[in-house]
Amino acid sequence: MRRTTIVLLSVAGLLAGCLGQSRQADPARNADAKDVTLTITANAVAGGKNARGADWIANWVIPRFTEAQRAKGVNATVRFEQNGAGDEDFKTKVALDFQTGGGGDVVELDGIWLGEFAQAGHIRPLAEVVGAAEVDAWDGWRRIPDAVQGLGEFDGKRYGVPMGTDGRVLFYNKKLFARAGLPTDWQPRSWDDLLDTAAKLKALPGVWPIQLDAGTAMGEATTMQGVLPALAGTGTTVHENGKWQGATAGVKEVLSLYQRIYREGLGDPVLQQEAKGRDRSFALFAADKIGILLESDYFWRSVVEPRTGVAKMADRDTAVGWALIPARVPGAGVGGQDFVSTSGGGVRVVNPNTEYPRQAWELVEFLNSAEAVKSALAGGAQVTQRTDVNDEVLAGDPMLRFVAERVLPITRYRPGLADYPKVSAALQQATADVVSGRSPDEAARSYHEALVEAVGEDAVTGG
Amino acid sequence: MPSRAAERDPAGIGTARAIGFVAPALLLIGVFLVFPALWTLYIGITDYRLTGPAAADPRVVGADNFTTALRDPLFGNSLWLTALFVLGSAVVGQNALGFALAWLLRRVRTGLRRTVEGFVLLAWILPGPVVAYLWFAVLSRDGGTLGLLLDRPGTAWLVQYPMASLIVFNTWRGTAFSLLLYTSALAAVPPSHLETARLAGASGWQTVRDAVFPHIRGHVLTNTLLISLWTANDFTPFLLTAGGPNHESEVLPVLIYRQALESGRLGYASAMSSLLLVGNLVVALVYLRLLRGRA
Amino acid sequence: MTPGWVVRRIGFSVLVAVVLAFFAVPMLWLAGAPFDARPGFGLRWPEWTLSNVHATLRHPFALRSLVNSLVLCLVATAVTTAFAALAAYALSRVRIPGRDALLYLLLLLSSVVTGTAAMVPLFVLMLQLGLIDSRFGTALAIAGGMLPAAIFILKDFVDAVPRSYEESARVFGASPRQVLGHVVLPIARPGIATILVWSFVNAWGNFLLPFLLLRDVGKQPAAVLMRTLQDEGGSADLTVIPVFSLLYSIPVVVLYLVVSKRYGFRFHGGIKS
Repeated sequence: MRRTTIVLLSVAGLLAGCLGQSRQADPARNADAKDVTLTITANAVAGGKNARGADWIANWVIPRFTEAQRAKGVNATVRFEQNGAGDEDFKTKVALDFQTGGGGDVVELDGIWLGEFAQAGHIRPLAEVVGAAEVDAWDGWRRIPDAVQGLGEFDGKRYGVPMGTDGRVLFYNKKLFARAGLPTDWQPRSWDDLLDTAAKLKALPGVWPIQLDAGTAMGEATTMQGVLPALAGTGTTVHENGKWQGATAGVKEVLSLYQRIYREGLGDPVLQQEAKGRDRSFALFAADKIGILLESDYFWRSVVEPRTGVAKMADRDTAVGWALIPARVPGAGVGGQDFVSTSGGGVRVVNPNTEYPRQAWELVEFLNSAEAVKSALAGGAQVTQRTDVNDEVLAGDPMLRFVAERVLPITRYRPGLADYPKVSAALQQATADVVSGRSPDEAARSYHEALVEAVGEDAVTGG
Repeated sequence: MPSRAAERDPAGIGTARAIGFVAPALLLIGVFLVFPALWTLYIGITDYRLTGPAAADPRVVGADNFTTALRDPLFGNSLWLTALFVLGSAVVGQNALGFALAWLLRRVRTGLRRTVEGFVLLAWILPGPVVAYLWFAVLSRDGGTLGLLLDRPGTAWLVQYPMASLIVFNTWRGTAFSLLLYTSALAAVPPSHLETARLAGASGWQTVRDAVFPHIRGHVLTNTLLISLWTANDFTPFLLTAGGPNHESEVLPVLIYRQALESGRLGYASAMSSLLLVGNLVVALVYLRLLRGRA
Repeated sequence: MTPGWVVRRIGFSVLVAVVLAFFAVPMLWLAGAPFDARPGFGLRWPEWTLSNVHATLRHPFALRSLVNSLVLCLVATAVTTAFAALAAYALSRVRIPGRDALLYLLLLLSSVVTGTAAMVPLFVLMLQLGLIDSRFGTALAIAGGMLPAAIFILKDFVDAVPRSYEESARVFGASPRQVLGHVVLPIARPGIATILVWSFVNAWGNFLLPFLLLRDVGKQPAAVLMRTLQDEGGSADLTVIPVFSLLYSIPVVVLYLVVSKRYGFRFHGGIKS
């Protein structure tokens, strides 16, 4: 018995010792060090996930940065901790690192995790870690649009530098539109407009007219490519005035939209429940079996891309069209907009545990310099965080220029709050309920209850 | 005439050496198993999370996690599915198929027996991620083998029949252990018993029930215990269905994984692990009880 | 050759064929997809090509991860088998009060630790021990989780070795070491071989521990690499996955064949408690 007590006490002691330490250190520590070792941690790996980013860090960033430091008389060693696992696995690993006082000096995070990491004390405002003067002095800030900078902010403070962004649009298959006798130059003005077009596509045999991600199997894709853009089309965002949307009118309208798509045969309800449903939706679109698909520009760059995409479309440039996502009715979108979109992106943060905060910040500056951002694209095109780079690299790609010029001004980011993943999970569940046959009102009610359970009554509106 | 000491220690190992033999294993188990396990149980009574405010300042919340779990319909759902999974694929599926194969292959040609055993064992030793891909290919909607065989292409087996798919899958995966165990158990049944049964005109089933089963009762129980525990804690269903569609195949290890990694609720996940442990304990106690009944 | 006999014979053959098909058919994917120009999740006659093989061999970490897996699993397997055999022998031959209850308790606890909930304690523990990014440490942690089941199974094998053998050997003046080496080990060998394969297979598929504990991608085993074979959006990379699945499966199959040829792979009367 006594032995058990001792074991339990030491367990508790270790737990407290390792899992709740506070850190407060001088941003100027080791600022003049001559030998510096820095580690970059990213969810990218050569030959796997985000291979291009991994190769760029290993072959371009590290040699150039080391060289630049040597010119200043500093002997810098930069290591690259590659990952390449599922996002949740990576997040867990990084959180464990931060928690135990370790981790890379510069860490790439999904922007949506910023809030929970900040609230956990895992990361701290750049001004605290690096020093306000240092951070504000960077000339790169004025090249990053305010909306995009918001991706790296939490509670009004800067925690990191965004690594680029994206935008969501409706992709459509022009060949199918032509076969259904629809104009191939298409821009719906309202949900009814969208559903009318879908109804016409339904005449084509073997074609699902529309794919709006739904259900829990799709995970965050359901929220990001489904619920949130639809919700923005009803005039609200998921977190407003400090409260989450419960069973509000907007949420019910979104669920009704799902009902109209999946109970009227405009979308494939089974696909939404498959473990690899999203991959399959890509393959079906590429095989001319899905008419309209709501996706991010990643779909254009990496999925149906004719040479290296995962679901290549040799005739992408002529066969794939894109349109803005309409609000429920014109002017009903968030901010009174006619069209809406949602965006996300990664953020590079400086680890508060770093031995070399100044040098880590220099590395972040370097990673976000115009030269570096351009080289990261490796000749490809992508919407970056820097307007000067975008102007140059997007010139040849009408789709991405469309995103940079037309979508980014109207887009919304997700709230980077610790509770967001729970809200997102509840929203996914609500769409799953509707797809599997429950009425929008019922689904909204269960959603509201789940939300209250998850984040507390005070933080929810509606119902 | 063995003395009392020899009775207790026939091999003459001696207490000191016996401790020396057990010590390395106990040391590893103590450090890498008992210690983290106890710590996990402790986390189960806190509201600890990986991120968010509760990560900075975890608080002891007592039995809250346990009461939450017991009231959580998702937990009840998982508990039921786990029971179904264990019963269907381990207690019935692997047990029955393993025994049937051992019984049928007893006297066939060595070559044939080796071939069948080889494939059954291959299913057991292939790495989990590979096996998951193999079964995607069987159950997929795009030209999956099962759909082709049954002339029902386009059936998404993992979506429409998730638990049935998992049970068949796990029977395929784990039968090897039962087969091996029963093969050796049957070899130990005295041939005279079988001969007597045959002379008495017993049917195949009667022979198994009256002449074989009493002999291998202990084997059956040990086998059932081990495969039940392994199945109850098996994580492979996550690779196949990720718990979907809509929690219809979310067995407990999958629910715990999702709560721990996807929601970061480590305190809650630890509490559920403890409840799973209690479930395992109950199974083990029932087993011990039955085993005592034999003696 | 009565009609009944013929019917039974046919019925038996059909039954064996069905069982064989049930176990073999899922494996066909591994024979076709790696060499298919357009591999997918479905069974079809491949458009034969070796380009997937080339792509896999060119992958910067594919072969290295297999070597890492070998190192990791050989250490974990050696430790598990050796420690479990010693402990099982002692526990079988020397009566220690509460022995069975202890074994059951450990067996049950092992299910907690191999689950995901224990990852924080294990991680912090390894950090304190300075074993992060150490393949050896990771192998020990894996072995710790496997030991209870290994001891449990092996003890039954040793229990099946009649004590009279050892008693007679001792009467003829054999030392305990000789008894172990010349009497017990040879008889328990199939059991040890079984545990060897069992622990190797278990360690070979372990993902979460190596993923959390090994930082350097150059040290990570195949089970971890398997999960990184994706594109930017997380879609499975089907050029590499089928070939890599095949490569990843070969070592366990070879190990099984070698062990079963040399030592026999069966539970000679073992495990009955």
